[in-house]
Amino acid sequence: MARFPGKGLAVLLGCLVLWEVLARQSGALALYFPPASQVLATLAAILGNGELLDHIAASLLRFAEGYALAAALAVSAGLCFGLWRPLYALFEPLIELLRPMPSPATIPIAILFLGIGDQMKVAVTVYACFWPILLNTIDGVRAIDPVLMNTAATFRLGPWERFRKVVLPAASPQIVTGLRVSLAIALILVTTSEMVVSNDGLGFYILDRQRSFQIPEMYAAIVALAMIGYGLNRLFLTLDGWAMAWHKGLTRKEEIL
Amino acid sequence: MLEVRELRKEFQPLSGQPVVALGSVSFRVESGQFVSIVGPSGCGKSTLLQCIAGLSRPSAGRVLLHGREVTGPPEGLILLFQEYNKSLMAWRSVLRNVRFGLENRAGMSRVEMDAEARRYIELVGLKGFEAHYPWELSGGMQQRVAIARALVRRPEVMLMDEPFGSLDALTRIELEDALLRLWESLRATILFVTHDIEEAVYLSDRAYVLSCRPAQVIEEIEVKLERPRNQLTTREDPRFIQARRHIFELISKEMAKG
Repeated sequence: MARFPGKGLAVLLGCLVLWEVLARQSGALALYFPPASQVLATLAAILGNGELLDHIAASLLRFAEGYALAAALAVSAGLCFGLWRPLYALFEPLIELLRPMPSPATIPIAILFLGIGDQMKVAVTVYACFWPILLNTIDGVRAIDPVLMNTAATFRLGPWERFRKVVLPAASPQIVTGLRVSLAIALILVTTSEMVVSNDGLGFYILDRQRSFQIPEMYAAIVALAMIGYGLNRLFLTLDGWAMAWHKGLTRKEEIL
Repeated sequence: MLEVRELRKEFQPLSGQPVVALGSVSFRVESGQFVSIVGPSGCGKSTLLQCIAGLSRPSAGRVLLHGREVTGPPEGLILLFQEYNKSLMAWRSVLRNVRFGLENRAGMSRVEMDAEARRYIELVGLKGFEAHYPWELSGGMQQRVAIARALVRRPEVMLMDEPFGSLDALTRIELEDALLRLWESLRATILFVTHDIEEAVYLSDRAYVLSCRPAQVIEEIEVKLERPRNQLTTREDPRFIQARRHIFELISKEMAKG
């Protein structure tokens, strides 16, 4: 994704202006659709007085725990499944059944087993993030060209070296794709689970302010959530561009040819 | 030294009769020789090399390297692939690709490996490209990287599976001569598979002609042409023309059969 080019930024600003103008059409409308300027001012205020920061911290911690755990589990499992086809064949029907199920449906089950605390929220986040990373890792490993594996063999690499120096780097672009898809999913599940049951976090805050009719605060928190999502994605792309520079170059070359 | 005895390889497709790729292939390669294997397309040349390299188990027969049976990839033998773009590691620079050839060698420091890798990069004519990635190079240059990566290990035997098959004619000529120079200075044994009859004659001391599937050796041809070979004079030599004609007739007859 390219950085916002000038024209894209203009469209974004145009939408903000449109929001402002529409919201100012009537006082009644502004009650549940406050103008952008008011929402941003509210955001600055609740960030400034620290009200929102604890909730952001709570959500980000759940996000980090769930995402990291999912990445570790799914990459490991994906590598095993990818390298050992009989194992994958055994689990494929199960994976294919669970994968398309909308993951918020697991929240009630998680509440039954883990209660309403952080464990539950982290668990559903792990569950939801697991699938894209798993399937991309499996695909990445299985797509490794036999010529590359034969090269490793003719150079007499042992199993561990073969894994570390050939399988892992060769599959890494697709593993990264899975990680990127799951980044957004993690944020969705953290927010959703906080909305279902919680006493902190951005999801809780948004729903709570809506119920107590503090509408500008509700919108401000949603804007904060959008900015966090954007920031996390940018951070990810920066790391990706740095670690996977070779792959960016390679695919650019392939596009030219 | 490298001996292939009655090698047979069958593949069992998902349904139907087994496909016999190699019928019964036998030949010998003496140390330091440049030997080619020529045969019609699809006659099992690649399968043969995979068996010799220990990457594929033969259904019957044996491969002996210095009298020892090959059961897995042997020390001192490297297989070089036609698909350099798949065989090189796209995530490694030229230097690190060539260094890969040494990395699982015990008792070499990183510095020594790099120095040795640089030496071979220079030998294959790629000095100045150490920091490039393979995909930034032309096909011919990429295959040079793959050759350097193989030679840096100082293999006694190098098996080459149609290494220049996907290169254009001029690059191919350039690489043939580069390979001959390297072979003459390093004195490795090369077993070179090709479907290009002229290439086989030009490069080799000896050529084995394979039949159509199931492959077997139908003739052994000694190429008595002086070295160093020359793209013009060697190819105009009556003995070159005669050898080419002879192999061509053998293969045409085979292809008419198959």
